[in-house]
Amino acid sequence: MLSWLERQIPKIILAPTFAAVTVFVYGFIAWTAWISLTKSRLLPNYDFAGLIQYRRLFDNPRWDMAMGNLMVFGLLFILLSMVLGLWLAILLDQQIRAEGLIRTIYLYPMALSMIVTGTAWKWMLNPGLGLESLVQRWGFDGFRFDWLVDPDRAIYAIVIAAVWQASGFVMALFLAGLRSVDGEIIKAAQVDGIPDWRIYASIILPSMAPVFMSAFIVLAHLAIKSFDLVVAMTGGGPGYATDLPATYMYAMAFSRGDLGQAASSAMVMMMVIFAIVVPYLYSELRAKHD
Amino acid sequence: MTDQPVPLSAAPAGMRVTRPRLRRMALRAGLYAMLAGFAAFYLLPLFVMVTTSLKGLEEIQSGSLVALPREITFEAWSKAWSGTCTGIQCEGLRPFFWNSVAMAVPAVILSTLIGALNGYALSHWRFRGSNILFGAILFGCFLPFQVVLMPMARVLGLLGLAGSIPGLVLVHVVYGLGFTTLFFRNFYVTVPGELVRAAKIDGAGFFRIFASIFLPLSLPIVTVTVIWQFTNVWNDFLFGVSFSQAGSQPVTVALNNIVNSTTGVKEYNVDMAAAIIAGLPTLGVYVLAGKYFIRGLTAGAVKG
Repeated sequence: MLSWLERQIPKIILAPTFAAVTVFVYGFIAWTAWISLTKSRLLPNYDFAGLIQYRRLFDNPRWDMAMGNLMVFGLLFILLSMVLGLWLAILLDQQIRAEGLIRTIYLYPMALSMIVTGTAWKWMLNPGLGLESLVQRWGFDGFRFDWLVDPDRAIYAIVIAAVWQASGFVMALFLAGLRSVDGEIIKAAQVDGIPDWRIYASIILPSMAPVFMSAFIVLAHLAIKSFDLVVAMTGGGPGYATDLPATYMYAMAFSRGDLGQAASSAMVMMMVIFAIVVPYLYSELRAKHD
Repeated sequence: MTDQPVPLSAAPAGMRVTRPRLRRMALRAGLYAMLAGFAAFYLLPLFVMVTTSLKGLEEIQSGSLVALPREITFEAWSKAWSGTCTGIQCEGLRPFFWNSVAMAVPAVILSTLIGALNGYALSHWRFRGSNILFGAILFGCFLPFQVVLMPMARVLGLLGLAGSIPGLVLVHVVYGLGFTTLFFRNFYVTVPGELVRAAKIDGAGFFRIFASIFLPLSLPIVTVTVIWQFTNVWNDFLFGVSFSQAGSQPVTVALNNIVNSTTGVKEYNVDMAAAIIAGLPTLGVYVLAGKYFIRGLTAGAVKG
């Protein structure tokens, strides 16, 4: 039989990870949570001061703007990525020649850094030399496409780049989902003469509900954490027009020297993510136990 | 997940006679036209990046966004690699590219190694509380990193790792462990427990069983994990911009500094060349090992 030491090996192996997770995940959450309940500015101050930082946060028009932008950006990003991804998956599911090549083309943006994506789209959406001037050259002199520098529209420019980056990934998820639907049922429906679109609408898509759910979770998570793309494309501007919670938090932590605000905004971000993820994980885990 | 396509359009031949052949061909043509249109949408930025990087500044100012370069010049590329200014320094992307290599290689190796041992221990050497530990590790996969930025900056300072590449390696290993552990655990769980029990009865220990049973099976999951980690670490910007100094910045941070610097003439061709250079390693991995890339993406997505 194994010696006592041998039996402890799995625990010894996991001990560093246990320690790292305890400190770097849970310890750090606790630290940030505590700082969000103090009057910390440039330096941490550990005296409890109640919800003063959260009151400051919700009174701050810049935070309102960031949360409003997150709503607009998040909803459009999730909706457009899902619709486009699903549509592409259905198109690709029609026994396409060169499917592998086309899939590769649709998905490659996911391999790029958001900074690279942002750099490319910033150049293309540049009103003076980008797509706007291209269309004007084609003879449409009045064509305007200056969203990137328009405070009311800049957030939509970021949505375009984000959808470009993530929709291929949603396509890959949906395509895998489409291919795991029971082929027998579909054959039976075809024999009954049911048109293809009805087979999709009534049989295939409803059976893919879990795939919709995981695509939604991933996209929502991506949206709430969005930071790089905004930094690369607009830097949060014009003004604060494209500020998101993540850029707000970063500005407070590293350029404004307002640790209390940074901590409280980070906590709000975490709570929003967990409000979405925890019910999902809970139902997933329960489903497995049943 | 099966790779068997559902034969929607290959329905029993008899059923399709009702639909006129002409209409069917038009539908197919429309389908391919749409697929090509979308392919153009995804390829356009890459095409524009490459052509812009090969043009001179004058041609960019006077020509069309989508025109091919009249005169191909690699000046922008050499400037992006070794001459353009990233803040005060004017050495191009090169030093930062190597910073990213020096950061990504150890971070990927360490987090994959630890993840493999963790996943093995969690799947076949369970003990009281090991499931809770796994749950606690998984939870970290969802963490918005904003919550840990400030305490991490302080701890790196305490450890004497502030603004250094080893500091970034530590950060990427710690926050990469959740996913690497998850990948290996879910893969190793499919290895039959009888195999491990039989080896234990024969007197093999923890490491012996790992080396002789698990390691030989691990190539696919190691590939998936390495690609996943490499892509994430290489493309990271948040940690890079928060925890690095002028000399230790990763390539993403340097690229952003080049593109969003407000001084001097905007050299779009240099920006584009720099963006391609920063994107090439992960793009290369994707082209060479796309299958494993997608597998990591979907595995990570479904579970975390």
